[in-house]
Amino acid sequence: MEQALAEIAAAADLAALDEVRVRWLGKKGVLTEQLKSLKTVPAAVRPAAGQRINEAKQQVQEALDARRGVLEGAAVQQKLAAGRIDVTLPGRGEEPGGLHPVTQTRLRIETLFRRAGFDVEQGPEIEDDFHNFGALNIPPNHPARAMQDTFYFPDGRVLRTHTSPVQVRAMLSRGAPLAVIAPGRVYRCDSDVTHSPMFHQVEGLLVDESVSFANLKAILHGFVRAFFEKDLDMRLRPSYFPFTEPSAEVDMSCVFCAGQGCRVCKETGWLEIAGCGMVHPNVLHASGVDAERYTGYAFGMGIDRLAMLRYGVGDLRLFFENDLRFLRQFRALEP
Amino acid sequence: MKISYRWLKEWIEVTWSARELGSRLTMAGFELEALQDGADPLLELNVTPNRGDAMSVIGIAREVAALSGIGLGGPALPPVAAQFKDTVAVGLEAPAACPRLVGRIIRGIDNRAAVPACMKDRLQRCGVRSISPIVDVTNYVLLELGQPMHAYDLAKLKGGITVRTAQAQEKVTLLDGRTVAVTPDVLLIADEAGAVGVAGIMGGERTAVSESTVDVFLEVAYFAPPAILGRARKLGLQTDASQRFERGVDPALQERAVERATALIQSIAGGSAGPVQLAEAREYLPRRPAVPLRRTQLQRLLGATIEPSQVVQTLTALGMQVTDTPSGWQAAPPSHRFDIVIEADLIEEVARIVGLESIPERDADSAQRFRELSVEVPSERSVLETLAARGYQEAITLAFVDPGLQARLFPDVKVKTLSNAIASDLAAMRVSLWPGLIRAALENQRRQQDRIRLFEHGVRFLEQEIDTLAGLVCGARLPEQWGAAQEARKPADFFDAKADLEALLTGTGASADFTFEPGTLSCLHPGRAAQLKRAGQPIGWIGELHPALVDELDFTYAPVLFELDYAATLRVVRPVFSDFSRFPQVRRDLALVVDDSLSLSTLRERVLLAAPPFLTSCVAFDVYRGPGIETGRKSVALGLIFQDISRTLTDEETDGAVAAIVAELRIGLNAKIRE
Repeated sequence: MEQALAEIAAAADLAALDEVRVRWLGKKGVLTEQLKSLKTVPAAVRPAAGQRINEAKQQVQEALDARRGVLEGAAVQQKLAAGRIDVTLPGRGEEPGGLHPVTQTRLRIETLFRRAGFDVEQGPEIEDDFHNFGALNIPPNHPARAMQDTFYFPDGRVLRTHTSPVQVRAMLSRGAPLAVIAPGRVYRCDSDVTHSPMFHQVEGLLVDESVSFANLKAILHGFVRAFFEKDLDMRLRPSYFPFTEPSAEVDMSCVFCAGQGCRVCKETGWLEIAGCGMVHPNVLHASGVDAERYTGYAFGMGIDRLAMLRYGVGDLRLFFENDLRFLRQFRALEP
Repeated sequence: MKISYRWLKEWIEVTWSARELGSRLTMAGFELEALQDGADPLLELNVTPNRGDAMSVIGIAREVAALSGIGLGGPALPPVAAQFKDTVAVGLEAPAACPRLVGRIIRGIDNRAAVPACMKDRLQRCGVRSISPIVDVTNYVLLELGQPMHAYDLAKLKGGITVRTAQAQEKVTLLDGRTVAVTPDVLLIADEAGAVGVAGIMGGERTAVSESTVDVFLEVAYFAPPAILGRARKLGLQTDASQRFERGVDPALQERAVERATALIQSIAGGSAGPVQLAEAREYLPRRPAVPLRRTQLQRLLGATIEPSQVVQTLTALGMQVTDTPSGWQAAPPSHRFDIVIEADLIEEVARIVGLESIPERDADSAQRFRELSVEVPSERSVLETLAARGYQEAITLAFVDPGLQARLFPDVKVKTLSNAIASDLAAMRVSLWPGLIRAALENQRRQQDRIRLFEHGVRFLEQEIDTLAGLVCGARLPEQWGAAQEARKPADFFDAKADLEALLTGTGASADFTFEPGTLSCLHPGRAAQLKRAGQPIGWIGELHPALVDELDFTYAPVLFELDYAATLRVVRPVFSDFSRFPQVRRDLALVVDDSLSLSTLRERVLLAAPPFLTSCVAFDVYRGPGIETGRKSVALGLIFQDISRTLTDEETDGAVAAIVAELRIGLNAKIRE
């Protein structure tokens, strides 16, 4: 009995424990044999002897069960330990790519304006003189043509110098009232540190029966605040565009220095981000809209510039070099 | 335009500092671009092209007067009395282009006299080189009054002058020594011996004043802007004079300018003046009709209420003749304002001077309405992000590309070429996004990026502009990593890119409409290219770059390219639920040996032909060529899934179906079954 308990305690694994069980409780085990030999015991002491043997059997069984529990737990532990992995190793498979920062910016602008009730319109990138200039109140030889260095094709058509022709197309095809923005690529033939021959603009247009300059101020200021998620100041400076009257340029307080003056804003505290104005009656007329009944505002912004300000990119040319080391920096998810 | 603060002060007693002045002018439409501090601060102002009248000291002084309420001053300019009667005959042969010309002879000057330091200094600070008293005075008056003028050496002038249009191919030798041939749309000044200058742009060499000039003839003209516009640019001769004439010079300014010039010349170089002579074709002078301004329209367009008294005061301060009308006012602009033609112009003037900051911000009234949200058009973001999620970075490449590379890729496609490209390798409009993506991939390869996945969404320029989505895959299948199969380090091939494309097509909800058909495109590997079709209509290509181009362009790994017509490919079909079976499915695998040239799509067609309706799927899970299979043949393993919608299939049914399929493949495709 003592010996059986000692053997159980000494069993190092489940196999050894099973051997102990067989030796004591198996068909030919010590205690089983003792039970069998009861027949030879005198009848008077047989019940007492039987009881003793059964008690011993029970004790051994309990000890066996207890030991099995311990050993099984250890085996699980061992298996788990052997299965340990290095969780700091990187995950397997493809790594995600991402959208271009200018696209991210354009889509953000589209989302914001859609939420404000504007539709998104597209127009061709190769334009005729009428849509790019004539309908926008820029007759041939107008000094404003020199303001925008134009790429020409031999047939006289041009690469659009701005997204403003989409204004004309939208009014001609959809009529008034109208609320659209038109983002897209535009082209001018200059190229240096701050200019790319191709860049991105977004045009905005609202035409209705009593659209005012006050509405224009509200939408621009609202946009600036929503886009940068900051309570930025905005100011409008009178300016000149042939297709708007009155016209203005839009400055917002510098996002980098909060208007205190820094290198980015050339110490002025202001960043120019858009041109805008009330649609010139000649443009409404050329676009088939009754200029007495309707008024409208229009604005144009540089998407690349907004992207530069948003992401802190200092050199416009980086956007079009498509260096993977640059592109991979803008993979964060967008709303 | 540069303006000297002190010079300005001679014309208006401005009390603002130079910086304050700059910021006031900025907020009135003349942006201060730079300010040089010093004893005489220099303001560099951006004058917009509609405001030729402000391209002078007096022009800015007028603006300051309107902004500050301080009256305009300026030096007294008493007429210089004529001391002799000689004149130069003047003919206005093109009166619409030049309806007004004032002239005066000044005799006996000393053109070697020293120009006063103050004048020299002002000219230099405004970017004008000091040359001689006569030339300096004409430039000084131009900067001060905005009136360009020209001085001829009277001794060199042959007879009178006329203003006329050029004859075909007429040549003029200019002050700067250049000879230009002009077209008949160019206005010339000529004497009896020929052209002596291009009107409004530059004088000629033959009659130019020199140090030894003693007698001069001053020509002070008004040229109509349409007669000057664009000419200087075409001749490559943009001058201070042409800039002003193009934008419009005050047609009432000529006498004043000639008097100012006479007085200045006499004070520096002496001499006596002849009479001021005037040639004029009055009917061609610009008119300045009064422009109506309605109170209601002012309020409506600005969305602000401006006091009537303020309107009148503002317009009056800008030199307009304002009268009341029942609906508001009418204002006749002064002769120097070319830009006040319609009501909106007056509204702009009021807003500009009152200040745009005084206009409130107010949301537009807008009716709530639902806008179209077509199920057929997926959001651009979701399309782009499908590719991004599969490892692609979006690129934005230039729309004009190297004509040489493009012709090498697409020798037969008609290309639109720019007339004035910025560089010869940026002259051709892209007919595919591939040239740009290939260029971007090569640049990245050069920067030691060996695994490149790029895509672009943009327009390509064929007969029409086509909205296009294209991609390029190059280098290892997966990023370098531990524990990935050897396969993952192999260069990506056609099927890797095809999987990405198929992911996009799955998004249309109409995968079954698309087919990949073997095809040839000269820039693609002839055996590894497919045309993508949707319901039989070609909508794109996918393939490996032709090996010859891989070598020529120096690609380390052969890139796989794809390009799709965006709208046609990505038109979405709304999913409609179809019921699926609740009964168990049975799978049977078939190993077939077929001709190597047999495409999987043909094989599948045969299987579907012979199969009962309860065949739900047929997948190829292995394709093998090599030892054990005779040359010219391949082994294809197909997994067939059978499942009925309404009951459990019996073994007999499934076996019968497989037998029918096998029989069809044996007879129709000469297939052998591998055991």
